[in-house]
Amino acid sequence: MTPKVEAGKGLEIYIEQFKRLENGAGGPEWLRPVRQAAMARSSELGFPTVRDEDWKFTNLAPLSKKAFAPAAGGAKVSLEELGGFVFRGQESARLVFVNGRYEPELSDSCAQPGGVLACSLRQSLELQPELVKLHLAKYLDYEHDFFAALNTAFVEDGGFVYVPDRVVVERPIHLIYVSTETPTPAVTYPRNLIIVGEAGEGAVVEEYVSLGGEEYFTNAVTEIVAGPSSVLEHYRVQRESRRAFNVGTVRIQQSRSSNVSTHGIHLGGGLVRNNVHPVLAGEGAECLINGVFLPAGKQHMDNFMRVEHVSPHCDSRQFYNGILNDSASGVFSGRIIVHNEAQKTDAKQTNRNLLLTDEAQMDSKPQLEIYADDVKCTHGATIGQLEDDAIFYLRARGVPEDTARTLLLFGFAGENLERMRQAPIRDYVENLVTEWLPHGEVLKKLR
Amino acid sequence: MLEIKNLHVSVEGKKILKGLNLTVNAGEVHSIMGPNGSGKSTLASVLAGRAGYEITEGEVLYKGQDLLELEPEERACEGVFLAFQYPVEIPGVGSIQFLTAALNAVRQHRGLEELDALDALRLFKEKVKALQVSDELLGRSVNEGFSGGEKKKNEIFQMAVLEPTLAILDETDSGLDIDALRIVAEGVNALRSPERGFLVITHYQRLLDYIVPDFVHVLVDGRIVRSGDKQLALHLEEYGYAWAGEREPAKAAEK
Repeated sequence: MTPKVEAGKGLEIYIEQFKRLENGAGGPEWLRPVRQAAMARSSELGFPTVRDEDWKFTNLAPLSKKAFAPAAGGAKVSLEELGGFVFRGQESARLVFVNGRYEPELSDSCAQPGGVLACSLRQSLELQPELVKLHLAKYLDYEHDFFAALNTAFVEDGGFVYVPDRVVVERPIHLIYVSTETPTPAVTYPRNLIIVGEAGEGAVVEEYVSLGGEEYFTNAVTEIVAGPSSVLEHYRVQRESRRAFNVGTVRIQQSRSSNVSTHGIHLGGGLVRNNVHPVLAGEGAECLINGVFLPAGKQHMDNFMRVEHVSPHCDSRQFYNGILNDSASGVFSGRIIVHNEAQKTDAKQTNRNLLLTDEAQMDSKPQLEIYADDVKCTHGATIGQLEDDAIFYLRARGVPEDTARTLLLFGFAGENLERMRQAPIRDYVENLVTEWLPHGEVLKKLR
Repeated sequence: MLEIKNLHVSVEGKKILKGLNLTVNAGEVHSIMGPNGSGKSTLASVLAGRAGYEITEGEVLYKGQDLLELEPEERACEGVFLAFQYPVEIPGVGSIQFLTAALNAVRQHRGLEELDALDALRLFKEKVKALQVSDELLGRSVNEGFSGGEKKKNEIFQMAVLEPTLAILDETDSGLDIDALRIVAEGVNALRSPERGFLVITHYQRLLDYIVPDFVHVLVDGRIVRSGDKQLALHLEEYGYAWAGEREPAKAAEK
């Protein structure tokens, strides 16, 4: 089967690149039709425009007009350069990718026979072929999502994490995606697959950073499969270059009584789309979506949450806080879909935003689609400035106004940071937030 | 230490204080009593420097300098402390972090060395213990989820840490049960000293059983209409504020 080519605007180059990859011949045999179907789908869908309801506030023209090509290999990154991104001695495994390519010398993978696996997706095809085949691209909605389809068509490598039944991995597994300077703007398609078996427990951190990369496009997809009664803490730390494009999709499939927390920390990227899509498909499953996004300059960050309650007695919680500086813009769309079987659903959503300037802009849009009758769904969104009462309270104790504001901003983000249970990651993120804040250095003395 | 002369204050064009005179010397405890809407909290807010109050006439001297010229944080550093009637909840900001920032700002201003995190914590624990307050509050965000009593005790705790020269208590007793009231009062009494002045604003005489004032003033409709010693408070309890406002014997005292 060859992909149906009905090129939308800006797509020609991707279709051309797909042909050069022998129409998706890379990887195992079973993957080929998946790639081809995905390419066909992305050709049909084309780049979303602001006329699409789900993209109303994000103009993708700067991305679709730009020609990106897969990066050539050979970029050299040393462990020292990675130093600032690594939680030394506090990781149970580290997988490093440079311009999309797995770098075994920089990595510290974990591959115990029959045990925990933290390796590249490519390696997993040899070590756990059945598991990969069973889950890869099985839950992702590439029928309707252009970027998910494009990622699937070009899937090459990424992180693979497997926590077997009843195994507990205490320290986090760290996936680092590094972009370096390239002769022409590069595109990468990180693809992560995280599988936690029954009553297994683990923590995974995905991190996206730039070491010299300026203008590039990261189109990342993470699929999480949470087995019955499993517990997973998942983090996405996004520190791309301020000129980069980052579209990330986290698709979570939850079984009965599973408990997944997914935390987003968005500091980088010129144009960012952060898709989080859990499906609570087993009774008693719980999901926490928690995060902060901190755009400044001209950064644009679009957070798109889609929480699907399919089974009864599931809980979902969304807490996203944004602080927007300069002429940055942000979006929060929080859709909660409660299917008709999902009685006794308890879904909560909160999105709070602070605008630090008159130029900063925020659009917040909650959406509830409820097809069951016995459910509890609440949502709330605020957009505003710091409270004068709180500033005065601190000043009345002697704290200078600048410091008072910084403390309050940190507190605003701190509410979300407190929900991050992995202490080394929380500390790391706290530092990043502190450095980002205006006058953040005053907080260093107070820690 | 504090001299308020003919103070007139408006809020959104409405006159609240209409020529208030008051002098507090070091070592004295003054109580200001008055009915709702008489201007008690406006006085506290103006002294602490809250925005939104228009001073139309008069002046406030504190240690000989114009208090109203100073920013709120400068007043705090100079030793003015307001125990808030409604302490603000600040989620995400740790009590220790907040108080360390405050303490070191004040210490720096007073020419003292800043305390490092460990020494600051030691000091906080010591003060908390002396106040019979659970040190669990140190581990929480500022006032977040505190009961009314906990919030008021937290104000007194902050006062004990910052060691002000002039402490203003704005209805610190309101909403307190008798045990909390006793703890708050003991905290205040422990800080009484010849160098320190207190302005205790209250609606009820009850607090004054525990914090015995040197002077009691009755504020009615933006003016002090009567001043006396602690007996005045007892009298008020019996006869009510209407009695105090009927005649204006304080006129002479104001001049």
